[in-house]
Amino acid sequence: MLAWTIYITFIGVLVLMLLPRDNARAARIVALLTAIAGCVVAFIGAIQQTHPGEVATITQIDWIPSIGASYFLAADGISLVLVVLTGLAAVSGILFSWNIEKRTKEFFAFYLALIGGVYGVFLSFDVLLLFVFYELTIIPKYFLIARWGSTRKEYGAMKLALYSFVGSHLVLIGLVATWVVAKGQLGHASLNLIELSKVSLPLAFQHWMFPLVFIGFAILAGMWPFHTWAPTGHVAAPTAGSMLLAGVVMKLGAYGCLRVAMVLFPEGAKEWQWAIAALAVAGIVYGAGVALVQKDFKFVIGYSSVSHMGFVLLGLATLNTIGLDGAVLQMFSHGIIAGLLFAVVGRMVYDRTHTRDFNDLETMQLGKKLPFAAITFVIAGVASMGLPGFSGFIAELQVLMGAWAVFPKLTILSGVGIIVGVAYTLRAVQKGFYSDAPAKASDPHEHPLEPITIPEKVGAVMLIGASLVIGLFPGLLMNWIEPCVKSPLFERLLKGGSL
Amino acid sequence: MNHWLTILTLVPFLGGIVIAGLGSERKNLLRILALATSLIGLGGALCLWLHFNAAEGGLQFVEKFDWVPTLGIQYSLGVDGLGLLMVMLTAIVTPLAILASWNVEDRPHVYHALVLWLQAGLFGTFTALNFFHWFLFWELGLIPAFFLIKLWGGPKRSGAAMQFFIYTMVGSIALLLSFLAIRLATGSFDFIELAGLAKSGVLASKLSATFGWQNIGLIIFFGAFLGFAVKVPVIPFHTWLPAAYSEAPSPVTMLLTGVMSKMGMYGFLRILLPIFPEQIRQVLTPLLWLAVATIVLSACAAFAQKDLKRILAYSSINHLGYCLLALFAAASVATGVTASDLQKAAALDGALLQMFNHGLTASALFLFVSLIEKRSGGLRGLGDFGGLRKVVPVFTGLMGIALFSSLGLPGLNGFVGEFLIFKGVFPLAPWAAAISTIGLLVTAIFLLTLIQRVFCGPLNERWAKMPDLTTAERLLVLPSIALMFVLGIWPQFILGKIDATVVQLVQQLNF
Repeated sequence: MLAWTIYITFIGVLVLMLLPRDNARAARIVALLTAIAGCVVAFIGAIQQTHPGEVATITQIDWIPSIGASYFLAADGISLVLVVLTGLAAVSGILFSWNIEKRTKEFFAFYLALIGGVYGVFLSFDVLLLFVFYELTIIPKYFLIARWGSTRKEYGAMKLALYSFVGSHLVLIGLVATWVVAKGQLGHASLNLIELSKVSLPLAFQHWMFPLVFIGFAILAGMWPFHTWAPTGHVAAPTAGSMLLAGVVMKLGAYGCLRVAMVLFPEGAKEWQWAIAALAVAGIVYGAGVALVQKDFKFVIGYSSVSHMGFVLLGLATLNTIGLDGAVLQMFSHGIIAGLLFAVVGRMVYDRTHTRDFNDLETMQLGKKLPFAAITFVIAGVASMGLPGFSGFIAELQVLMGAWAVFPKLTILSGVGIIVGVAYTLRAVQKGFYSDAPAKASDPHEHPLEPITIPEKVGAVMLIGASLVIGLFPGLLMNWIEPCVKSPLFERLLKGGSL
Repeated sequence: MNHWLTILTLVPFLGGIVIAGLGSERKNLLRILALATSLIGLGGALCLWLHFNAAEGGLQFVEKFDWVPTLGIQYSLGVDGLGLLMVMLTAIVTPLAILASWNVEDRPHVYHALVLWLQAGLFGTFTALNFFHWFLFWELGLIPAFFLIKLWGGPKRSGAAMQFFIYTMVGSIALLLSFLAIRLATGSFDFIELAGLAKSGVLASKLSATFGWQNIGLIIFFGAFLGFAVKVPVIPFHTWLPAAYSEAPSPVTMLLTGVMSKMGMYGFLRILLPIFPEQIRQVLTPLLWLAVATIVLSACAAFAQKDLKRILAYSSINHLGYCLLALFAAASVATGVTASDLQKAAALDGALLQMFNHGLTASALFLFVSLIEKRSGGLRGLGDFGGLRKVVPVFTGLMGIALFSSLGLPGLNGFVGEFLIFKGVFPLAPWAAAISTIGLLVTAIFLLTLIQRVFCGPLNERWAKMPDLTTAERLLVLPSIALMFVLGIWPQFILGKIDATVVQLVQQLNF
């Protein structure tokens, strides 16, 4: 069932390619229907899976038997959470790109190709297949930014693509080495993730391979100091592009860290636990601090993503159940909230005012002109600060609880990051929407701002609703994540950590 | 299973949503709806008050069920004498604040929705018994307050709102981290359960076992302390307060000082005192001096102010300082068991009474300031007036009563609380009590100065035509004034409800 998320999305890409070039409306509708179908399939498939703690095989067909590669799609609770997130992000991203007029069909074709690749990564349990899908996402995201972006778009797109390639090469080296060593131990070639996770790789090998593969993935997760692609990429991307980058693409990196690097090299993870936690907290504090002094509205959100992804990495570094639970939940939560923040800044504000500079926005009194945008941003900001009632709180709560057990001092330091997070969010609310600066003398030729459209409202309500529901009833997702983290797949990893 | 407390919290919350959805067109409908919602809240609180079994004193109207079992989070509500008193205070002050903001013309739907959400946050805070949703309400109160200051405040509102929010959040995050550490060590977020663990000494041993660090308890205590100390506030964590109180619109200041400052005191009494009695004892002397500093310095600062709202803001800090003094004194080690128990009970009785009285009196005083601002076009400097008693005698008389209540004149409500506090604290911490009396003296000086400069002396001709209180305004201030007399003469009205709870709290501290 869940495999259809991938197929439907790629079928959507094909249909879009066949459409006539100038029929923008048809392209939008096809894209939206495809995304909704994918989202519905993701939901139904996820609900149907009765034992989220186990890895449920979807399809397993030999692919390249000589190297042990197979077309192996499967899902456990963590995959389910991220697949559902991808479904929601895909639908809302299309709602917020309803106004794309330039080569609409190509835009949505690239968009859906990216989504299809993301679904593929989250459902692959064959290392090579996962890697192929992972690489597949780089191409559409390059074109989405380079063609439909703004503000130094070629630079942002190229930087993102290069960083991604460097990361995936590190991963590739690690995977090939692992394949060789594992073949020696298993007696046959295998790229099956579950099989590989049972192999006891030599200690020294793990110590060296873990950082390689982990960093390879963590580059895409925005780990400090390899995060620099994130702010420029987010800013350059079109709204839907930044929503997807922050919403799901960064999760690909974090997912790879957990699913591949940490599961294959548990001893390595234990060895480097401190280093990861230190970098994660550095990212939390640094991202928040830099966000506090930005002049461009979108850069604030871009750096806030780095800060929030730091919590995911911190959760991973704890190597205990509650920390990993929190990390996965934070992936979901940040995907929703960051998507919403980018939607407000990119679509609701920038597409109307054509500026993201706080100095200009301060004179526009957007709180009165675009009340819906202002309220959405306030709610999203509150959720992003990690105030209770929203998903971010319950996720960060678990990450911090897990972190207390292992790194008490770093935990206190990350508290500083949260406070700076409150400060930059308030600053953005204040400068972006509710400034006291005197209004600019009104220009009679100025067009009044276009009111917020229905698709935007639907998208905003959907994302706010998702964050609220998970914030108030975290059990909905915890019931998927928790048994999964306690499953045999993660057993060796957790044995290294305490709790 | 009853759900009274949930309903009580939901009513203003839902009322706020309805009002926000109505739009800004039908202004009077909005106001009436907001008032009606808050009156339903008052009615509900009165029902609780009447059905509360005072003799028992423990938690009543309890609601409890599992919420997030994997994290040990339960939905757990209940009130004892302390919670009941605070719910009552919230229910009384909110309708007054709504009536006082009848003339808000800018986006009234948002304004009233925010006020009601703030009330929901307060009700929730005073009834929640599990850290998780207690914290939810604690923060829920903060956001409406921020926007009420930010959007409807005075000229320097942005800075004030920002400072208020950031300061409170620093405290909240410290508090959150502390509780996460506690949860990690004990597996519980439940206040009552944690208090039990603290009394048996299990909490301390579990904390040091989890973290392998002997003094971790003290660090965690400081985190939680910071959270409440900013909210009350305790000097030196008070610097956000004068700006926030003076920039906020006066009806909002009524809520801020009347009830939100009680959130901090409530936290001290409900959470800090039962869960960290050992840690409080370890650092008792510095804490007592902090309380003394809060009392004396804030009174002196109030004396130096020129703005009516800032005077009252500092005087608020001063009044809550007495509560802190009582609280820390009550945590001191028992010597002669029975006698000191009585003194502790007196001090805590006084503290609870003082919280209620201060909420009543301070909100009434800010209400008077809002009335004076309405007449003076926003002027509220100490030197802007003079001789007002000749033109507005009724106003002078009624505000005078409120000022004397704040000063602690016998026969009015303020006296009883302060008397009980000093009666209890003197034997427990004689030096601290003795120095704190300076605060009483300075309070008398600055309040009398205020009366003199505003109401007495030669009439400032500019205000010769100032209208006196209208009938509606008289009716508005009447309930507060009446309560001041009632509680001053017959404090048993409240003491009867809280006594059993205080006795239990004192027993909790004896080990």
